[in-house]
Amino acid sequence: MNPAIASVGLGPYLFVSAALLVLGVFGIFLNRKNIIVLLMSMELILLSANLNLVAFSSAHGDLSGQVMVLFVLTIAAAEAAIGLAIVTVYFRNRGSIQVEDVTMMKG
Amino acid sequence: MSATVFNWTIALPEITLALSGIIILVAGVLQRKGEGFFPAAILSLGAFLLCGFLVLLSPSGAGYAGTFVNDGFARFMKVLILAGGFVAVALCVSYRTSERQPLPFETPVLMLFSTLGAMLMASSANLMTLFVGLELSSLSIYILCALERDNVFSSEAGMKYFILGSLASGLLLYGISLVYGYAGTMEYTGLVAAVRASSMPPMGLVVGIVFVVVGLCFKLSAVPFHMWTPDVYQGAPTPVTAYMAGAPKFAAFALFLRVMAGPFGSMAPRWQILIETVSILSMVYGAFAAIPQTNIKRLMAYSSIGHMGYALMGLAAASTAGTQATLIYLAAYFVMNAGVFAGIAAMRRNGREVNSIADLAGLGRSDPAMALALAVFMFSMVGAPPLAGFFGKFMVFAAAWQSGLYVLVSIGALSSVVGAYYYLRIVKVMYFDAPAHELDRPAPSLLFVSGGMGIATVAFAVGLGPLMSVAHQAALALAG
Repeated sequence: MNPAIASVGLGPYLFVSAALLVLGVFGIFLNRKNIIVLLMSMELILLSANLNLVAFSSAHGDLSGQVMVLFVLTIAAAEAAIGLAIVTVYFRNRGSIQVEDVTMMKG
Repeated sequence: MSATVFNWTIALPEITLALSGIIILVAGVLQRKGEGFFPAAILSLGAFLLCGFLVLLSPSGAGYAGTFVNDGFARFMKVLILAGGFVAVALCVSYRTSERQPLPFETPVLMLFSTLGAMLMASSANLMTLFVGLELSSLSIYILCALERDNVFSSEAGMKYFILGSLASGLLLYGISLVYGYAGTMEYTGLVAAVRASSMPPMGLVVGIVFVVVGLCFKLSAVPFHMWTPDVYQGAPTPVTAYMAGAPKFAAFALFLRVMAGPFGSMAPRWQILIETVSILSMVYGAFAAIPQTNIKRLMAYSSIGHMGYALMGLAAASTAGTQATLIYLAAYFVMNAGVFAGIAAMRRNGREVNSIADLAGLGRSDPAMALALAVFMFSMVGAPPLAGFFGKFMVFAAAWQSGLYVLVSIGALSSVVGAYYYLRIVKVMYFDAPAHELDRPAPSLLFVSGGMGIATVAFAVGLGPLMSVAHQAALALAG
């Protein structure tokens, strides 16, 4: 086991990552204002999983978790780029990026 | 486990598809603006066919240091996924946006990359491959949804799918991190051992599995994770909707079956109730929520929610017969669903797309061939013998009955009676309502797709024997 993990234990890492996850999920469901805030909440969720992966990888002495984090970071970057592109296209058509305006289709 | 064997030829179909995607993309960029679409679509169709042959010829085995596996199950799902991609690209060819322009040439390329991600999911032997394949497939679809850049509905569909889709991916990833933490490995073979090691798996592992199930249910649009489906299906360009109703669903099922029957197979009694609940909710919701719909793409969204419920029945059975039944159901769903979407893509008046069910009125007189094809698909969706849908439903019901899930089977039978109402209403509108203004003549590619799928739906029984034995082999490969 890695000394950094051994000194404080796995618990605090898991707690912080769970807190980040909850913040991210609530950010998506309770946010009624701006779509950019939703993008930020999504990044929080991905980072919480990354923190978990790194902590477990260190605790197990197994590298595959850290390899996964590199993949996830790449994917998160691609996802943010696509998200911002969609927000731009949407703003051009609708003239607003308020969450409450994303309601053209219902039923 | 042959963890050190690289064995790169095992992914030859995927490599071929990736290379052809890149080549088509470069070739498309070099064309003049607006002229690249047709060659790109034709080349993509060719790439799908080539890749299909390579899949059929590909050997079984594992490779890439145990992250990639190819077996009968992967081949079955990959052929289905490729067929879904092929049909969607074929529907693109004659599609014109509301500005009467063809779609941008990136459309077939993005469908090709999304199909590639879906194939990776079907072949995953490691949670890492699972996640990367899923994201490759999803990210391409986010762009595809928002592709009609001047259409506010299309960009809203893209926005909604992006937000909810990435939330689901995030939850899935969090689940993967917990599974990795509590099992100590990402390889499916290692997970099997970790899960079997104790009769009482650690709480963290169970929570992780629940997160993974939630993420996959979202991709399947199973209730209660379905809320994006109707809006996205309605807003996205029709060929993209046809794509979303096909290949990504098969890929999500491939993952579901592979993960649940493989690593977590010994925990079946614990997750069975979860899948059973999702299946019941999807079937009932799909049947009732579709009744008041007037937009046919929205109606198909609710229909696909219901169909995913029926297909999940086979998974809930947690047996080889159940897996086999789900595979048959997906094959039947593919032929009838692709046919319906060819019919929807043909709904145009004066070159503009119309999507209301009332626009089909009088189709029985103005275009008898298309009306007959649509009627066949609708009866097949209901589950009328001897059409494709009947065999799919019969197999999943039988498998669930054998596993003792009597409540599930009864609710499934009842909700399919309710579902019959809205499918048959379309037949009634086509044949008995006073004709609306006539629709345009369908393009040849749409006639080709709907005719081919119509024949496949009617003649499903002829090919059922060989299909069943292939599906049986696939289910055995998964269990063994």
